[in-house]
Amino acid sequence: MFHRESGYFKTSYKADMALYPLPIGKVAATGFVLLFLVVAPTVLDEYYLSIINIAAIAVVGALGLNILLGYTGQISIGHAAFMSVGAYTAANFAVHFDMPFWVTLPAGGLMAAAIGTLVGLPSLRVKGLYLAIATLAAQFIIEWVLNHTPLISGGVQASIEMPRPVFFGNVLNTQSELYFFILPVTIVAIIATMNLVRSRIGRAFVAIRDQDIAAEIIGINVYRYKLLAFAISSFYAGVTGVLYTYYFGIANYEAFQLPISIDYLAMCIIGGLGSVLGSIFGAVFITLLPIVIRVFMETVGVLFVDGVYLAQVIAQMRLILFGGLIIFFLVVEPEGLNKLWRNIRNYFRVWPFSY
Amino acid sequence: MRHVRLGLMAATVLAAAAFQAGTAMAGEIVVGLQCDRTGPTQTVGTFLCPGYHDYVKLVNSRGGIMGNQVRVMEIDHEYKVPPGMEAYQRFKKEGAVIVGIYGTPHTQALTPLLHEDRIPGTSPGFGSAGAANGEKYPYLFPIAATYWSQAAVGVKFAKEQLGGVLKGKKIAYIYYDNPAGREPLPVLHMLRDLEGFELKEFAIPPPGVEMKVQVQDIARRYRADFVLNHTFGKAPSVSINEFTRQGYPLKKMIGFVWAAGESNIMGAGGWAKAQGFHVMQFAGAGSKYQVLDDIKAMYKAEGKDAPKEMESTVYYNRGLMAAAVHLKGIENAVKAKGGSSKITGEDVKNGLEQVKDFSLGGILPPMTLTAKDHEGGGWIRVFQVQGDGFVPVSEWQHGYREAVMEMVTKGH
Repeated sequence: MFHRESGYFKTSYKADMALYPLPIGKVAATGFVLLFLVVAPTVLDEYYLSIINIAAIAVVGALGLNILLGYTGQISIGHAAFMSVGAYTAANFAVHFDMPFWVTLPAGGLMAAAIGTLVGLPSLRVKGLYLAIATLAAQFIIEWVLNHTPLISGGVQASIEMPRPVFFGNVLNTQSELYFFILPVTIVAIIATMNLVRSRIGRAFVAIRDQDIAAEIIGINVYRYKLLAFAISSFYAGVTGVLYTYYFGIANYEAFQLPISIDYLAMCIIGGLGSVLGSIFGAVFITLLPIVIRVFMETVGVLFVDGVYLAQVIAQMRLILFGGLIIFFLVVEPEGLNKLWRNIRNYFRVWPFSY
Repeated sequence: MRHVRLGLMAATVLAAAAFQAGTAMAGEIVVGLQCDRTGPTQTVGTFLCPGYHDYVKLVNSRGGIMGNQVRVMEIDHEYKVPPGMEAYQRFKKEGAVIVGIYGTPHTQALTPLLHEDRIPGTSPGFGSAGAANGEKYPYLFPIAATYWSQAAVGVKFAKEQLGGVLKGKKIAYIYYDNPAGREPLPVLHMLRDLEGFELKEFAIPPPGVEMKVQVQDIARRYRADFVLNHTFGKAPSVSINEFTRQGYPLKKMIGFVWAAGESNIMGAGGWAKAQGFHVMQFAGAGSKYQVLDDIKAMYKAEGKDAPKEMESTVYYNRGLMAAAVHLKGIENAVKAKGGSSKITGEDVKNGLEQVKDFSLGGILPPMTLTAKDHEGGGWIRVFQVQGDGFVPVSEWQHGYREAVMEMVTKGH
């Protein structure tokens, strides 16, 4: 008989713990993996793959920050600095010790995790805006150290040329080759985060976020888990930095300055705090929106503005529209794009017989 | 559910309008231009990029390059690297034969890509000094004096100002404490050993708005005979005021190319506050050039006022210079193909390397690009703040060229 369910109900702990509460989730996830691993690289040309590459790298970073910000409730304005730690670690390993990417990726992540844990120490004492400033300090300190330590940053330019990743003797050069390097890392990061947040650790994070005193009373070691959150988040940031370094072909601290940290905060907030899908939405949104607006302006703008001024108008309108759309989406749904998506989904689940 | 629908509508409209990227038409040559009109260096970009567009417009209005129109595709990247990479891929997709790179990290990140895709890129005022070596970086063209060449001219100018002998003289180098600020140091050290002067380095921590201690040290304690001022952003303005406050004569100081704009002088409180201040330019400052009059005439013929960006002559002229060199390279390439617009990046690269003594009526140095020298000679012209503007006080010159090129070749 053809009918729609009136909602979904969990009758066992196993169902409650399931990665996909509904079968369609599993189908959709498989579909997306196939779409991105098989269909996209065959259909799209290099340019669109390069956009996906940039977005996919941003997804990893946004996931990491969301673990800290969205799940554990600790703010960090030093996320880009942790990326630079990963970037320089990987660059040094790759250049001086000739190490392949499957060593430099975790190495960059681990080094960033170590530094991140150190920076997370103030979180044991301070909260909220005060912690924001403490992590902001980390951003500047790390930048300064990189800038003034030729031993790490490779000389007066503070930049290290990174060899392209090599996979079984093949140098990954083109956008489509890099696509198959970056996307698997992103997929692993997404799956790892989905599993992390429904594990004991993830639930401890959420308990700390919701009320840290209560969490301590029910037996969660707040200190340990706060530092663990910083470590995991920084690990993701470090991996993001390594991916950027391989993608750019250069480790340069100028690519990891304060505005980038703010961008990642924006990704988490716009996408939806405390949600894996939200991180993906946020990262894709912040990466793609300027491009989409620009293309939109290029098509529509020529109708109104003379050629030479068009560039100026596009650049300014892009900022205005970007800001406007962020406000628009946040006013429509303060809990971010993820909530917006859930509203849409729930609407269509009971459509056309909504109540 | 109104909200949902509204959100869906917005998304659909955006998605529908997006991704209708066109491709190059027949008889059209595409050039890519990165710009920063909205990011941290917007004070430069908002004037530089219009200069580029206006020159291309001028050439197009005169029938283009042997009948082929040039289309500039500008992408603003806010000085962020990922959008800069995306911009480059877009240029490539659109069939750009040359790319104007904006930003030092962008230059470094794009260097290998330019080489792989065989598209020449120019980076006037950005990137590292080593890029002047055309044999090592065949597709990267700084086309303007690098920081090394600037440092050499600075020392040479100091020598002239101090009576032809530097031995035993005290030169202070005040610089913004970032990689670009530190880059001239190897050349300065080399010249110190060569000329026997005393060199003292004074770093200004970013954002460069506080330098009282360093300036006091230079002016009162160290009593430098000459000052090389390599600062960026707000720092040049602050330094002008700070040196004046300490009673140090501005005529004993020379600013590097990013301390040399009208905005830096305005930031210090106007021309009257900066009298005597020397600056280096890699494109002529001021508005007394034929090509600028031509652009004004072009706008007048259209019944429009000349763009207000022209008032910031230093950055506007630099944009114009980049455009002029780009189009000269393209022109050479088109000529080599007998007037066809079907040219590749490789053709333009070869075209650029044939640019010889190209000065466009003095707004450019007598630029000569060769397969070995992608810097075009490392030319600098020294200007001084006199009255209400920059007045040239030297001819186009380079300093210690052989010594600098030796370091470039060695890849210091």
